[in-house]
Amino acid sequence: MARAPSNASAASSGPPRTSVDVAVNVNGDVELLRLDNRVTLLDALRDELGLTGTKKGCDQGACGACTVLLDGKRVLSCLTLAAQCDGREVTTVEGLMHDGTLHPVQEAFIRHDAFQCGYCTPGQVMSAVALLKEGRATSDEEIREFMSGNICRCGAYPNIVAAIREVAGNGGA
Amino acid sequence: MQPFEYMRPDDAAGAVALVAEYPGAQFLAGGTTELDLMLKDGVIEPERLVDITRLPLRGIARDGDVLRVGALTTMEELAADATVRGRLPFVHEALLAGASTQLRNMATIGGNLLQRTRCRYFRDAAVAACNKRAPGSGCAAVRGAARMHAILGASERCIALHASDLCVPLVALDAVVRIQGADGERSVPLTDFYIPAAADPSAENVLAHSDLITAVDLPLPPVAAHSGYLKVRDRVSYEFALTSAAVALRTEGATIAEARVALGGVGTIPWRAREAEQALTGAPVSLATFRAAAEAAIRDPFTVPGTAFKVELAKRTVVRMLRTLAPVPS
Repeated sequence: MARAPSNASAASSGPPRTSVDVAVNVNGDVELLRLDNRVTLLDALRDELGLTGTKKGCDQGACGACTVLLDGKRVLSCLTLAAQCDGREVTTVEGLMHDGTLHPVQEAFIRHDAFQCGYCTPGQVMSAVALLKEGRATSDEEIREFMSGNICRCGAYPNIVAAIREVAGNGGA
Repeated sequence: MQPFEYMRPDDAAGAVALVAEYPGAQFLAGGTTELDLMLKDGVIEPERLVDITRLPLRGIARDGDVLRVGALTTMEELAADATVRGRLPFVHEALLAGASTQLRNMATIGGNLLQRTRCRYFRDAAVAACNKRAPGSGCAAVRGAARMHAILGASERCIALHASDLCVPLVALDAVVRIQGADGERSVPLTDFYIPAAADPSAENVLAHSDLITAVDLPLPPVAAHSGYLKVRDRVSYEFALTSAAVALRTEGATIAEARVALGGVGTIPWRAREAEQALTGAPVSLATFRAAAEAAIRDPFTVPGTAFKVELAKRTVVRMLRTLAPVPS
């Protein structure tokens, strides 16, 4: 992957640099961004790249609405600096569709009515996609435990579990 | 939030040098504490962040009866390790009892040791009285609404809880912290690493400004193979502990030959309960022994109205964990 940009290197001479160049692969496309060091991955996705599928809920690591995959693993984009994603791969909910077809987890969420207001849904879907890959959907109890980082204030939990259970039962995603 | 520099050195010595040369510099690892307190709560304001996440300090290596865990190994990676699962069940269970999968994919083992308290008064910059943030300013928590707070190693000056689950079995295990500083490398037992708030609310641990944790050594004593971690909390998952107990037990017939006991959710530091271990060692496997150990574990607690319930709850947590490892009639 891309090398660290020169302004993020260890050189400590000269005036402090407060911006950073980032080359990050988002949903298969490499994006080149110049960002203030303070910008989180969440804000870079939403405000710089217009990918507003990833949601800002608590913005403090408590709700899971901002869940994305970073190098294939689910993380919270609100507590990740965009600068730290240089040279890495990010997958958001916008990146799940292939050839005009929804991801099996998205299809199952629709079939099972696994959302009401929908605000937590992109985070739930990304977390569920990762959960299936982790092999942690072998029982309802396990699904509930390893989906606990995604809060749904509408209380759609039973339908979310049902949707995940169905995809797991079909051999995963 | 003030602007800050972002730097990404290539090696540990370079990282230590970049922090050593500048008082406003701090290390950035998983970010789940650092960025939370910086970007969101605004209670710390580093002027330079030295990103260590790409340093070669990641991975788990077995050397005889010691597991060397690189400081940048994530909680999920350590939880998935077969040796941890088989030889250190209480470490495996404590890891998976903490946070969420998303956070465990980010949070590092070194960072977990250094996670800051969840005390709402500490994390609210609008609260003036916090001896941890502003030494000498007082403690809003002792007079305010307290629940997720400490009763051991605490005083009227500070009741901030050390909320780590992982560190509870690690102090029971006699884990060793490996540190690279400006003047070289050294090792500190985890049981000597933390400074109780009752001694100094703002000190937290023995690390100097530019000290970098490079690894944590986990011994693999036989006693730890029969161990468990019990976490009591307000909801069943993704919640900090009200109380917890990490216990390892080796019995010979009806007698306890060896025991390790540590408590979470109650201490300003991860709390090793050596008095409980002494009460157990050589004693018969019985409910009376377990209850005596629990009584010994909670000695001279400092409580406020909101935390008084923890005294009995912590004792029952210890008893329950002991009974899970060594079933006895009621």
